[in-house]
Amino acid sequence: MIEFRGVTKQFPDGTLAVKDFSLVLPSRKTTVLVGSSGSGKTTLLRMINRMVDPSSGYIEIDGEDTSHLEPVALRRRIGYVMQNSGLLPHLKVIDNVATVPVLNGVAKKQARADALHLLDTVGLDRTLADRYPSQLSGGQQQRVGVARGLAADPNILLMDEPFGAVDPIVRAELQTELIRLQRELDKTVVFVTHDIDEAFLLGDQVVILEKGGRIAQVGSPAEILAAPANEFVATFIGADKGKRALSIRNTPTGDILVDSEGRPAGVLVGETDVVAR
Amino acid sequence: MNLFVQGILWVLNPAHYGGVDGIDTRVGQHLLISLGVLVVASIIAIPLGYVIGHTGRGRSLAIGASGAIRALPTLGLLIIIALIVNVGLLAPFIALVVLAIPSILAGAYSGFEAVDRRAIDAARAVGMTEFQIVGRVEIPLGLPLLIGGLRTASLQVIATATLADYVGGGGLGHFIFAGVKTNDYPQMLAGSIIVILLAILSEVLFSSVQRLVIPAGVTAGRPQDVRVKSPRSRTALG
Repeated sequence: MIEFRGVTKQFPDGTLAVKDFSLVLPSRKTTVLVGSSGSGKTTLLRMINRMVDPSSGYIEIDGEDTSHLEPVALRRRIGYVMQNSGLLPHLKVIDNVATVPVLNGVAKKQARADALHLLDTVGLDRTLADRYPSQLSGGQQQRVGVARGLAADPNILLMDEPFGAVDPIVRAELQTELIRLQRELDKTVVFVTHDIDEAFLLGDQVVILEKGGRIAQVGSPAEILAAPANEFVATFIGADKGKRALSIRNTPTGDILVDSEGRPAGVLVGETDVVAR
Repeated sequence: MNLFVQGILWVLNPAHYGGVDGIDTRVGQHLLISLGVLVVASIIAIPLGYVIGHTGRGRSLAIGASGAIRALPTLGLLIIIALIVNVGLLAPFIALVVLAIPSILAGAYSGFEAVDRRAIDAARAVGMTEFQIVGRVEIPLGLPLLIGGLRTASLQVIATATLADYVGGGGLGHFIFAGVKTNDYPQMLAGSIIVILLAILSEVLFSSVQRLVIPAGVTAGRPQDVRVKSPRSRTALG
C-alpha cells in the first residue's frame, strides 16, 4: 500500500506542483493518476521512488516513511517505466532488461537468462534480445521498458505515460497486454496518463487531478462515470457529450445505443444488472 | 620546389640517423614529450570535465577559462615558465599541458552533455548511483566526443612541441632551431616535414579510434543499417 500524507511540492523556481495531497493507493491494484499537463501527476509519481522529494508531508510504502529510506535502494525495488522507454542506447535489449538485477548483484549470466524469460512475459520474441533499442519499433521499445521495470520483481510498478508516444493501434495492443500482465503478476501499479479512456480502461482506482495536484474525484471508473463529482470531472471525462453520453433508441430491427450526436455507437447485449429506476 | 626536394633528401639521408641528434632519437623524444603531455593533461582535464558535464555546474567558468587559456601565446608562456623553473624539459612540458587542457576538457564535458537526458533520468530512476550513471551511461556514450577532444589536443601538442627545444627541451624543434642558426634551410624544412608526418599520423590514429568507440547501439539504428543488416523479425510484435 502506498500512502500520500499531506504532500506538497514546490519547485525551486516557485512552481507549486502539488499542494497538500493525501491519497491511499491500495496494494495489488492499478491506480491511475489522470489529469492535463500541470496537474502534478508526474511529480506525484516521481515522489513515490524519491526521484522528487516532497517539500512537506511524506509518503509511506507499507507503513514505512520513504524519506527514511535510501533513494537508490528504494528505486531498485520499485519498477519504473517511462515514456519513450528510456532505454540505454548503447546496451543490447537483453542487457537493458537485466540492468537492475545486475545492479543488485545478480550474476550477469543469471540476470540474462532471467531477462529472456521476461521478454516472453511481455510478448517479445527472444530473437530481439541481441538487438539495440534503436533497432526496435516504438511499441517494441516500450515492451522492453516494461520488461526492465519488472526485472527485479518489484511489488510496485510506476508507469509514467508509458504508451503516450506510440500510435493508437500499438497503444491499444500494449494496454491489453498490460491488463493481461497485471492479472498474472498482481503488482501495485501506479499509472500516469492524460488520456481518460486509458485511465478508465486500466484503472481499478482512478484519480482525476486538477491543477496543482488537487483531487477532483477518486473512485472506480464506474463510480466516476455514474456520478461525476463536479462540473470539472464531468467535462474532463466527457460525460455530457460525444461517445460517453449514450442513449437507447428503438429502431425497427431492435434497440441500439446512440451517442450524443445520434450516431449509432453500439448495441445492448444481455440483461443489464441494474433495475430500471 | 628545389628546396622542398632538398628537405626530403635531408630526411632520407642515412647520415642523419643515429646518435643524440639523429632523426630517430629526436622523433622518439618528440613523441615521448607529446604523449607525456597528453597523459598529464588528460589526468587533469578529464575528471574535471566529467564533473562539469555530470553536474552541469561550472560550465560557463570552464568555457571562459578555456577561452582565456587558448588565447595565451604558447611561446610567451614557455619563456615565462622557463624563467621561473629554468631551462630544460619542464618548462615546455608545463606550457604544452596548458595548451592541451582546453580541448580535452571541452571534449569531456561536451561528451556528457550530448547524452540524452531521458536515458540518464531513466538510469537514475531504475536505481543507478551517480557513480554508476557516470561509469555505465555517460562515459561510454560520451567517449566519441572525448576522443575528438584528445585528437585536437594531440594535433596541437605535436605541432607546438617543436618549441620545446627552444629552451633545451629536445624534440624535433632541434632541427628547426639549429637550421635557423646556420641558415641550413633543408634541415629546417626536414624538421617541419617530420612534424607534419607525425601530425597526420596522429590524425589517422585518433580518427580510427574515434570510430571504434562509438557505441554499437548508437550506429545500429541508422536507416540503411536496419534495411541491409537487420530486417525486422516477422515473429516480433508491436
